[in-house]
Amino acid sequence: MASPEVVERLSASARQIRQDIIRMTYHAGSGHPGGSLSVTDLVAALVFHELRIDPEHPDWPERDRLVLSKGHAAPALYSALAHRGFLDPKVLPTLRELGSPLQGHVDRRKLSGVEASTGCLGQGIGMAVGMALDARLAKRPSRVYAIVGDGECQSGLTWEALMAGGHYALDNLVVLLDRNGLETDGKTEDLMGIEPIADKFRAFRYDTVEIDGHNFPAILDALAHARATKGHPTAIVARTVKGKGVSFMENQHAWHGKPPNREEAERALAELGGSL
Amino acid sequence: MERKSESLRDAYGKTLVELGERDPSLVVLDADLSGSTRTALFGKRFPDRFFNVGVMEPTMMTIAAGLALGGRTVFASTFAVFAAGQAYNTVRQSVGYNRANVKIVATHGGLLVGGDGGTHQMLEDIALMRSLPGMTVVVPADGPTTRAAILAIASFEGPAYVRLTRENLPVVTDGTFALGRAGQLREGTDLTIVAIGSMLARALDVAEELHQAGVEARVLDFASVKPADEKALIRAARETGAILTMEEHNVLTGLGALVASATSTTYPVPVRQIGVPDLFGESGDPWKLLDHYGLSQKRALDEAWALLQLRGKVS
Repeated sequence: MASPEVVERLSASARQIRQDIIRMTYHAGSGHPGGSLSVTDLVAALVFHELRIDPEHPDWPERDRLVLSKGHAAPALYSALAHRGFLDPKVLPTLRELGSPLQGHVDRRKLSGVEASTGCLGQGIGMAVGMALDARLAKRPSRVYAIVGDGECQSGLTWEALMAGGHYALDNLVVLLDRNGLETDGKTEDLMGIEPIADKFRAFRYDTVEIDGHNFPAILDALAHARATKGHPTAIVARTVKGKGVSFMENQHAWHGKPPNREEAERALAELGGSL
Repeated sequence: MERKSESLRDAYGKTLVELGERDPSLVVLDADLSGSTRTALFGKRFPDRFFNVGVMEPTMMTIAAGLALGGRTVFASTFAVFAAGQAYNTVRQSVGYNRANVKIVATHGGLLVGGDGGTHQMLEDIALMRSLPGMTVVVPADGPTTRAAILAIASFEGPAYVRLTRENLPVVTDGTFALGRAGQLREGTDLTIVAIGSMLARALDVAEELHQAGVEARVLDFASVKPADEKALIRAARETGAILTMEEHNVLTGLGALVASATSTTYPVPVRQIGVPDLFGESGDPWKLLDHYGLSQKRALDEAWALLQLRGKVS
């Protein structure tokens, strides 16, 4: 069980990340606030609690790896990495500017702490499978975490890679699904339904747990469960809310790839206890 | 001309085993074609470092990239149509954009696939792979160059694409190969023939026929397509005044286009291109297909004479 102190600390980090997401996408004038806000608590739990990573030694071979397969949620990861010491938070407002290490989609060659460049969907799990195989072959204790979106689960690539993780019985691999139910054009279930998604993961040989993706005790329990699981990879289906934390963005697919204007950013930040 | 023929794929498989013995961290992936690509040789010798992922070529590339980012040299093989075509965007992002140390060795490039037909005869792979920033591209013409090329791409960190042919090809080189260097197989000052893969032996035969007629053609093996030896091309333009290119690839976007582009800015000379017209292939005897699509020795010879006339070297 997670201690109240840990939960309190993670909640504060998540609030900070959400404020950063609003400020970054506002300054950039483009970006993906909706899916960044939905994945924030998963990212916070990983970066500030679960992952064995060290900003002083970002290339430490035995570190854990986080692959953000839904690379458009970059602002959430950038903010978390900044507050974890991988980059100066002053750089955050340069998101999407020419010359910035903060590319529109995460780029490992421009920012330490990013393990894999992603953006075109469906490729992150495969890279995570490769990393998990690498760790197993090298007998390194590294664990590999892949965060995928639910629209991404419509891609055949996702299922190819999931099949490989199950086939190789990679118990050092955890796939976290940010199940916010929405994609660019609307509801996943209206466009191309992915349910019953947990059953699909199970059929692909994943030890699968379903949680509220905004409940830190539940997230930490699921991650602990994954760590204890042997002989299978783990899938965590995290039910989330797109735009979580900003009332007028919540559950609105229109906020998938649209930045807030100044007035909207100020309103959002007021709700999140921050300011521009 | 009679020459000993060898399998490029066998040369690849044997060289992989050699590399596997030398580098205990090297891993190899295949997508259900390991018997054809010859990665099975590696798989038999090093089963723990061999991953046959089945029919998932795009994801084979993402897995390969993930393995490579941990510091390994990774080889991934399948047919050219799957490696460069089916998997294009995972090669682009997971391998290319990530600068992952993945060596893609694609067999069954070009028309010489034969009976399997147009779906499997990959004629666009050189264009696709050459357009990816940071991607090294090699098209060996015979077994000895295949071995040398595989050793060469294993010796640096970064992505590479090697195109091999299904058919055995005549041994025409001594296996001397360096990235960024064109091999000169025949000296001449009347004309230069630049060729890759299966067309190199034909280029040498054309040069021999020209020699019988009193014309001396220089022959360049352009196995290192990228990095390209532009100096050798400009030297050829300056010293011989005309260039004939020969490739088993769509003529719009392959070696001929490369040679014309490289010479035009510095020392423009007429460049005639032997290659597959802008068409998909079809089933047939592999060697008859080459002739059928205009890659015959006779057609190359005709083009050579046309170039010589254009330059006023013959009447």
